[in-house]
Amino acid sequence: MNIIDIINVGLFAATLRMATPITLAALGGIFSERVGVVNIALEGMMLTSAFSGVAVSYYTGNPWLGVLAAVAAGGLLGLIHAVLTVTFKGNQIVSGTGINIFALGFTAYMSQIIWGSRGASSSVPSLKAISIPLLKDIPIVGEILGTQTPLVYVMIIVTVIAQFVLFKTPMGLRIRAVGEHPAAADTAGISVVRVKYLGVIVSGMLAGLGGAFLSLGHLSLFAWGMTGGRGFIALAAMIFGRWMPLGAFGASIMFGFADALQMRLQSLGILPPQIILMLPYILTVIALAGVVRKATPPSDYKPYDKG
Amino acid sequence: MTEGEEGIYRENRLPSRLLAKLRSGLLRMLPQVIAVAAAFLVGAVVLVATGYSPLDAYATMLTGAFGDVYGIGQTLTQATPIIFTALAFLFSMKSGLFNIGAEGQLIIGGFAAALVGISFDGLPALIHVPLALLAGALAGGAWGFIPAVLKAKLGAHEVITTMMLSYVATYLTSYMVNYPFKAPGWVAQTVPLAPSAQLPRILPPTQLSASFIVALILVALTYFILQKTTFGYEVRASGLNPLAAENGGINVKRTMIIALFVSGAMAGLGGSGEVMGVHGRFIDGFSPGYGWDGLAVALVGGLHPVGVVIAAVLFGALRSGGMTMTRVTHVPLDIVIILQSLVVVFVAAPMLIRYLLRWREHKG
Repeated sequence: MNIIDIINVGLFAATLRMATPITLAALGGIFSERVGVVNIALEGMMLTSAFSGVAVSYYTGNPWLGVLAAVAAGGLLGLIHAVLTVTFKGNQIVSGTGINIFALGFTAYMSQIIWGSRGASSSVPSLKAISIPLLKDIPIVGEILGTQTPLVYVMIIVTVIAQFVLFKTPMGLRIRAVGEHPAAADTAGISVVRVKYLGVIVSGMLAGLGGAFLSLGHLSLFAWGMTGGRGFIALAAMIFGRWMPLGAFGASIMFGFADALQMRLQSLGILPPQIILMLPYILTVIALAGVVRKATPPSDYKPYDKG
Repeated sequence: MTEGEEGIYRENRLPSRLLAKLRSGLLRMLPQVIAVAAAFLVGAVVLVATGYSPLDAYATMLTGAFGDVYGIGQTLTQATPIIFTALAFLFSMKSGLFNIGAEGQLIIGGFAAALVGISFDGLPALIHVPLALLAGALAGGAWGFIPAVLKAKLGAHEVITTMMLSYVATYLTSYMVNYPFKAPGWVAQTVPLAPSAQLPRILPPTQLSASFIVALILVALTYFILQKTTFGYEVRASGLNPLAAENGGINVKRTMIIALFVSGAMAGLGGSGEVMGVHGRFIDGFSPGYGWDGLAVALVGGLHPVGVVIAAVLFGALRSGGMTMTRVTHVPLDIVIILQSLVVVFVAAPMLIRYLLRWREHKG
């Protein structure tokens, strides 16, 4: 065996794939934190969505309906998080943790109801990989970018849109103003509560899309706890990327690489799987420790009291 | 005042004071009680929607958990590790940090205790047991210490780092009992601990072990440390207002680091208790999520050590009664996790509870 077996074009294609759910969830984190709400429920939103997507695909036979359901489920949990933290000013970390635990219990419970198994669902119709004409014929780039699950392309498009919306549109200005200085935003006539709701719901929908990628793009089934902490890794990617979509994408590529490398090493069987599985988590801690001092959050995350 | 009058006065005063204290305690717990009730209500909706009878489910849960001595013993057995992890979360929360990695600290603590338990032979129990407990506490403490230092020195958010280290603990111990410390056979577990490192069972034939007593001692100790010592005062001050605490001459960073070490050590002790008292060895994946139970219990217990014991018994009952419920009614055991998460969600927003109460008053 030599290094070519590990580091090759296939690894970079896998890197882009595994960066997809992390990027999408990190974008979710950005929209929530930019309006001043910490969302550590990304993990639970992804998990619930991964499940919802598979359940809908299982019953309808249409994976795209599954993706829609996943986005809706994420948005719904976002709404709940917003109700608890914006309207009722509950503790954001506690609410997020509650949603995370709920996701773990609810998906395992429903998995048993539907498929009779806590561990994994049956295999369901999933999204087929698509090839981009011309792009796929370019050497190396084509091998990495040319043929992927549709949601990989969706992720790239959404990242660019998010960057544009946040920094080049009036809506983005409103979002950032609400997070940075809600009182000033209020004075300027922005409905702080409405923008906060919007941000947190969009956050859930994006995390939901990330969850759909895991269960309908990457795999074609739901498995217990299949998000494996990616919601938290996404938070690290968000911080690493300084709460900017393009930055978060860059950081997610790094975490995606760790994930892809981990999978590659596992399939080669050169190290015990448990040792390899630890890599992405250790990398996340190191990355976070190395960068955050210089990162200033876009908000103080306090509930907004009018008047 | 005559002697008689004074006697009457004293007689009246003591119970009324006790009653007043009890009443204020109950009133303080009202939001939590309502949160639990609301959680069971929503849980009932989930049960009905999935074709089960909530009455049957809850009734078998209740009789399973409290119906006989065996049930009570198993309930307390389940409550024991939850008391530890709840105290761990409580302690970190008091210092203003969210240690959501108690699960990993419990696991790594349990493994360290197991290592000490299998490594020495012929030690007197009087030395071996404390040594193993100490190892568990230190390992759990280390798992809390790392995120604390990263937070204090580099600003890394402890919610992410404690969670990540939780995964590391799970995989690291899994590796240990699948490879270097694997006992012969198919199961990923260590060999049994030396008898001198095992905690005695205190209510046979249930699995309730002396770890329960350790837990209760830790409850009293936690209360004492937080309320009666300078360090406890510093912890609470740092948690309430770090800026003011710093101005008042408290080294907030140092306090945070020690607090998270103590927090991790508490969870680590809990894991040791499971290994030394219940299983007698380290088994891969022995914790069904005691770390998360602890978080919920600390919140439901109103972040008060005594409240924690009451709430831990409730959650222990959910776990032990839940097993009976699953056996009898075939409701998936994960309904217990759903109930637990709903309690957390309802406790998260005290204003929501107040709002619901007001709404009821308006209607009535």
